[in-house]
Amino acid sequence: MSASDGGALRPPPHGAGRAFIATLSRGLRLAFRRRGEALNPLVFYALVITLFPIGISPDPALLAVIAPGLLWVAALLAALLSLDTLFRGDFEDGSLEQLILAPQPLWTQTLAKVCVHWLMTGLPLALSAPLLATLLALPAGSYAVLTLSLVLGSATLSLVGAIGAALTVGLARGGVLTSLLILPLYIPVLVFGTGAVEAAIAGQSALPYLAILGALLALSLMLAPWAIAASLRISLNG
Amino acid sequence: MWAIVHKFGSPQWFYRLSCRLEPWCWVLAALSLGAGGVWGLALAPADYQQGESFRIIYVHVPAALLAQSVFIAMALASLVFMVWKIKVADMAAAVMAPFGAAMTFTALFSGAVWGVPTWGTWWVWDARLTSMLILLFLYLGVIALRGAFSSRQSGARAASVLAMVGVINIPIIKYSVEWWYTLHQSATFSLTERPAMPASMWLPLLIMVVGFYSFFAALTLLRVRSEILRREGDKRWVRALKEIPS
Repeated sequence: MSASDGGALRPPPHGAGRAFIATLSRGLRLAFRRRGEALNPLVFYALVITLFPIGISPDPALLAVIAPGLLWVAALLAALLSLDTLFRGDFEDGSLEQLILAPQPLWTQTLAKVCVHWLMTGLPLALSAPLLATLLALPAGSYAVLTLSLVLGSATLSLVGAIGAALTVGLARGGVLTSLLILPLYIPVLVFGTGAVEAAIAGQSALPYLAILGALLALSLMLAPWAIAASLRISLNG
Repeated sequence: MWAIVHKFGSPQWFYRLSCRLEPWCWVLAALSLGAGGVWGLALAPADYQQGESFRIIYVHVPAALLAQSVFIAMALASLVFMVWKIKVADMAAAVMAPFGAAMTFTALFSGAVWGVPTWGTWWVWDARLTSMLILLFLYLGVIALRGAFSSRQSGARAASVLAMVGVINIPIIKYSVEWWYTLHQSATFSLTERPAMPASMWLPLLIMVVGFYSFFAALTLLRVRSEILRREGDKRWVRALKEIPS
């Protein structure tokens, strides 16, 4: 009964698409005003990649073997670290509450936020990966597949990661907890992402792996926005 | 119809029901764990390849089965809690998570102990071992998330969402890890190609599985009841319980 009352009071959700674009452009504008912050994941990515030759061995033959995994794991960690800022600022200044109160469905708004996150971290990480791959002596012929797999995979990472970020945004120290919640869910993307690169190195077709990465993206695109929206509502109530 | 659902979901009704069911679960658990334990650990014939060490499966297999089904049960309870706001379902999900994590750990640990005489190593990155380890991390995440909230209501709802997200991901993780395993490693050890077991070996295993499940049911009922008493301590019917002279 109360649910139907709430539905009757609410205006019909006009302009969901315009709200999506408004949130998207607001997020991008905010990100471009703080360019230094936007660069941090990239610097982190480069730093982590630098650590491995120092920690393991500078031998190009050895590095070439582990390069696909390293490039993927480091990108995954960089995307993970930047998740904390995804809803934090909006939560602290109250604009998250406004998004929830807005007549447009919350999942379109969360999808816009996730798009901003992907455009600011996942896409730059994927584009800078070939540069770092040369440092790790990744065999030639797999660079395009590396970038493509990261473009597809990082979008899934952003979507799934946003669920964890939304669940922990209300907590004072959610950082480590977010990674504990999210990292197990990242494993399929990691498996097929590195699988694509390794198939390309072995001279096989990387297409099946990329197709599965695309399927994972489609699935999370369908389900994650609702989970994110539900999680945000929980975080703001408590 | 909703009245019936809410009546069945009310803590008071569930408390009475579980008082009646629990002794039976304990009796079934004690009988089958006792019978299966003695039969499996002492009477069943030793394996002609693995010798006595194969008897670890009488603990390992039931624990591994429970580890997976408890997660599904927890996710179902979470779904019921989120959809119908039935408090008992959340209490059940809350008490199932540590039990499931304990079972996952038991399965991993007993598997490692079995691996030493059989494989000559404590750990291999086998597909099943890996997905079991990931399942343990999922459990730990759900437990940690529930504990991180200062408000019980928010913690319960957050843990519910995570349990449901996790249960969608479990099959994806399982298949991706299996694919990963077949890609990266040639099968050095084989868990699956065991000679078909004679009835004197698998019957006690079946009894042990029944025993583990009834132990799980009994423990869950007991712990949900104590959870009801803790959360509903200020309700009139709970106070009335206390007045009964014991």
